[in-house]
Amino acid sequence: MTEIFWMIPFFPALGSLVLVLLGHKLSKKHVSFIACSTIFISLCISVISFAGLLKIGAENYPLVKKLFTWIPTHGFKADFSLQFDPLSAIMVLIVTVVGFLIHIYSTGYMAEDKSYSRYFAYLNLFTFAMLILVMASNIVLMFVGWEGVGLCSYLLIGFWFEKHSAAQAGKKAFIVNRIGDAAFLIGILFIFFHIGSGEFTAINTAISRGSISTGFATVVGILLFAGATGKSAQIPLYVWLPDAMEGPTPVSAFIHAATMVTAGVYMVARMNFLYSFSGTASHIIAFIGALTAIYAATMALTQNDIKRVLAYSTISQIGYMFIGCGVGAYSAGMFHLYTHAFFKSLLFLAAGSVMHALSGEADMRKMGGLKKYLPITYPAFLIGAIAISGIPFFSGFFSKDAILTKAFTNGQYFVWTIGVLGTILTAFYMFRLIFLTFHGKERITPEAKMLLHESPPVMTVPLVILAFFSVVAGYAGVPAVFGKKLDWFSCFLQPIFSRGREVHVSLGAELALILISSFLAILGLYLAYLSYIKRPQFPHTFATRFPFIYRLLYNKYYVDEAYDALFVRPLVRGSEQIYNKFDLKIIDGAVNETASATGSFGKLICYLQTGFIKDYALVFLLGVALFLGYLLF
Amino acid sequence: MNIPILSIVTFLPIGGAILFIFISREKRALLFSMAFIISLVNFLISLLLYFNFNSQTSSPQFVEKTTWIGYGIEYHVGIDGISLFLVLLTTFLMPVAILSSWKYIQRREKEYLIFILMLETGIIGVFVSLNLFLFYVFWEAMLIPMYFIIGIWGGQRRIYATLKFVLFTMLGSLLMLVAIFILYSIYFKATGTYSLNIFDYYKIILNPRIQIWLFLAFAIAFAIKVPLIPFHTWLPDAHVEAPTAGSVLLAAVLLKMGAYGFLRFALPLFPDATQRLLPFLAVLSLIGILYGGLMALIQKNVKSLVAYSSVSHMGLIMLSVFALNTISVEGAIYQMLNHGLSTGALFLCVGILYERSHTHVIKDYGGVSRQMPIFSAFFLVFILSSLGLPGLNGFVGEILCLFGIFKSNTVFAILAASTVILSAVYLLWMFQRVMQGPITNEKINSFKDLNKREICYFVPIIILVFWMGIYPGPFLRKMDVSVNHLLKQIQRKEKFFTNEHIDKTFFLDTAINPNTWKEKHQDNKEVNSQ
Repeated sequence: MTEIFWMIPFFPALGSLVLVLLGHKLSKKHVSFIACSTIFISLCISVISFAGLLKIGAENYPLVKKLFTWIPTHGFKADFSLQFDPLSAIMVLIVTVVGFLIHIYSTGYMAEDKSYSRYFAYLNLFTFAMLILVMASNIVLMFVGWEGVGLCSYLLIGFWFEKHSAAQAGKKAFIVNRIGDAAFLIGILFIFFHIGSGEFTAINTAISRGSISTGFATVVGILLFAGATGKSAQIPLYVWLPDAMEGPTPVSAFIHAATMVTAGVYMVARMNFLYSFSGTASHIIAFIGALTAIYAATMALTQNDIKRVLAYSTISQIGYMFIGCGVGAYSAGMFHLYTHAFFKSLLFLAAGSVMHALSGEADMRKMGGLKKYLPITYPAFLIGAIAISGIPFFSGFFSKDAILTKAFTNGQYFVWTIGVLGTILTAFYMFRLIFLTFHGKERITPEAKMLLHESPPVMTVPLVILAFFSVVAGYAGVPAVFGKKLDWFSCFLQPIFSRGREVHVSLGAELALILISSFLAILGLYLAYLSYIKRPQFPHTFATRFPFIYRLLYNKYYVDEAYDALFVRPLVRGSEQIYNKFDLKIIDGAVNETASATGSFGKLICYLQTGFIKDYALVFLLGVALFLGYLLF
Repeated sequence: MNIPILSIVTFLPIGGAILFIFISREKRALLFSMAFIISLVNFLISLLLYFNFNSQTSSPQFVEKTTWIGYGIEYHVGIDGISLFLVLLTTFLMPVAILSSWKYIQRREKEYLIFILMLETGIIGVFVSLNLFLFYVFWEAMLIPMYFIIGIWGGQRRIYATLKFVLFTMLGSLLMLVAIFILYSIYFKATGTYSLNIFDYYKIILNPRIQIWLFLAFAIAFAIKVPLIPFHTWLPDAHVEAPTAGSVLLAAVLLKMGAYGFLRFALPLFPDATQRLLPFLAVLSLIGILYGGLMALIQKNVKSLVAYSSVSHMGLIMLSVFALNTISVEGAIYQMLNHGLSTGALFLCVGILYERSHTHVIKDYGGVSRQMPIFSAFFLVFILSSLGLPGLNGFVGEILCLFGIFKSNTVFAILAASTVILSAVYLLWMFQRVMQGPITNEKINSFKDLNKREICYFVPIIILVFWMGIYPGPFLRKMDVSVNHLLKQIQRKEKFFTNEHIDKTFFLDTAINPNTWKEKHQDNKEVNSQ
């Protein structure tokens, strides 16, 4: 039954097509049925294919299905072919499971929206593109998915395009992503030029045959990773993600937390043979990942918008995933991707539920004490926060620990230190959010309070399911020291990451590392408790005592402003200057001057044509005289 | 097959235009429907060309050849895998252009339609001519209807724009005419026979120094048409002033004539000059990509924005042509078709907006999507196609172009790849300002979404946009053999000329047949060795 895997992406595509063409004629009920059922079918096929994959041996990976030849030219050939192997399977399952839950949730969240069918058309289209991305068997087709998800992200961020900020944010996301994508595209050109094929298996073979130099691997690795910094919101291209929160909250959960933004991690994992080959590229990834992890976490500390906190948190967590990939622990990076998909979408959906309850309010300064009003959302949110903070026995704990342990044992102490410090910050900002939102004094506006209600079951049931996963998902990858069999996740991915560096850890070291990171997570939680429950005056005191630090963080290090001043404005101003001074004045000026000079010259010689016969006779006479003179002398 | 399909496709439009003489100008609907039907029938006939095209041979097909004036001036037409698609693009867009003018043109409809049909004949003639003289005739003839289309049905500054357009083009074609004469006389001196058949010229070798001058004459004519920087300033003016259909055809087909001219004439006729001047032309194209993109970024007028985006896109196409390898040339041709569709469609979109508000200024718009959701969807797809979103046509062309360029010169390809970013910036920014955000201009509240006629001409384009993006095989496979043949033609490096023992007086300003030359060369060697 595994061979039907290739159908997985096409049901959402079909759903999207139907909704685009007929959506405006269908009732909301039918729209939600089409949207949810198509992805549910995909989910079922994914599960069947996954079960099939478990049965067949690793020597049969990957399963490839070529649908047709896409670009047929000699020298640049790309097939439309899909593949299914453990790595794709995990991504497919994440996309379909989380996607299905979010589709369901959206039917409640978007129930009042007038563009209901447009929303689901985009969401289905996104699912299709994401599935293509993770199932493509060559890098060009992957790029189709890669840009396809970018497009859907653009469409969904700017879903409420009447709002200037939403339109602006959508455009920003697309353009920033495009900067990365241009690098990615150049990477593709390099691959085709040197290897002659974009099939992952062919690239792998070329590298293992040794026909590729390390320098080439480094260049390509960096170019592709530059694409990943756009898509996965890493330094320096992360700036679009916080603004992307303009989109509907389920979109933030699905695209900007669970799936699309982790595409970069998937790409690096998919190209692991390349990155294992190039130490330099891997170091850069680990370094950028670590830097982003801590940098974004500091920005999350001061944000007041509930979604923006989560956005910065996502950037930071993806940084952790890149640390994993960068230190050669691809399965640990993927493991964090997998747990993160559950708890981060849970957090976003729970935040959406809070906002839904408060008639769209996202400012935490206008929340507080919501615990008692939201009996399902609150525990769900709490589970998500515990999971992400890395508090023991919840999913995030296992995956974050896997990454940090691998970083440590691979000798990347700098990266490890940053990662561990990030743990304190993560716990701190997460619980700051919890305390500000659900605990303490009620700061809700009276109008919002009148309408305060817990969300309907279509929204809370997905929360409960995701909360369940957020608790248990981590047990798929219990550290191997406790038993080789327990680390099922990395065993499953082992055939893909055979080149990754897996260093054996002693039980003592493992336990010590676990203790350190758990301690720091709890420390972060405690500090948040001190600052926001025990002594609520403290943050304010801190802000007034160190206004510089506070303002720097609050204004996100002024990076948006710096980019604007360094790139955007010079580009626009410079172009205007060139246009006015060069294009219009010099080039076009020369053209018009030539024309008018010709005209003036014509006018000048038209004086010769006076119309008086005597003038002509005079000229004639002079001519004859000159001619005769010439002949005679 | 004995049916002269190619001649029918070429002359059916102008033949149909003659019928218009007998129709009263009052019968507006009849005039338009007739023009539409003529162009549609012509498109259907031209499809025969596609289906009967043999992609295995490099020699021209559907050839028709008869003496016309004599002295080498023949009626000689035929197509290969390169011109085939340009002809199809023209016949495909004509019905679209006519449909799009239905409401836009409100006076002198009869003349307008006659000119449009004349234009079709002129354009197709350019693409099918295999005789230099015939080519020149069509090249010039095409100017006449375009001159009137811009000059009569254009906007405020139409006279200025149309004069600029015509004078610019004439300047180029005059140089080309002189070059054709020189070629003609050289050929006559070398062989003793008159010929203007380009295949005869492919066979001869010219003195490299002569080649440079002749190449420049041709190249300037074509560079103006493309347009390459710095010959581009007629384009924004012509586009802004032209009526919608004029802009569509100008961008979609007329610009391609320049690129086609390079491929068919300038490059293969003068291989040595090509090698010599290629770097220079490549740099101009590269500058065009960046320059056009930056200029598009800051335009305040939607139409000139799209016009400058054309400059940028054509820069990529030309750079790809000049990279001179199979993939780059195939990519370039494919990208010409893509550019024809997407930019043509963008001009249609701009026209639709103009019909509703009578302004091209970006600032006057904002929030149109809310009033026109269907239009918004179409517009966005064309923008995405133009900025090369994978899955749509633009991407396939763009990646082939970039890869072809990459094969010839990595640095150029990397710089050219900046078009990926720039096009997204200017197009999406424009989309945001025109279509999104709150409605600020009250007029927009009364905008009506697309009517059936408008949807009618968008749908075929959309289908092609997707088809060419998802399944480009049928297009690329047909051009493969022809492109390879052409490249061989361009790359016939004349090693003889680098040889220092050549008797310079022998070919001072003449052309020679390689075979006879070889014999002479042997003699020379013998003489030298003695």
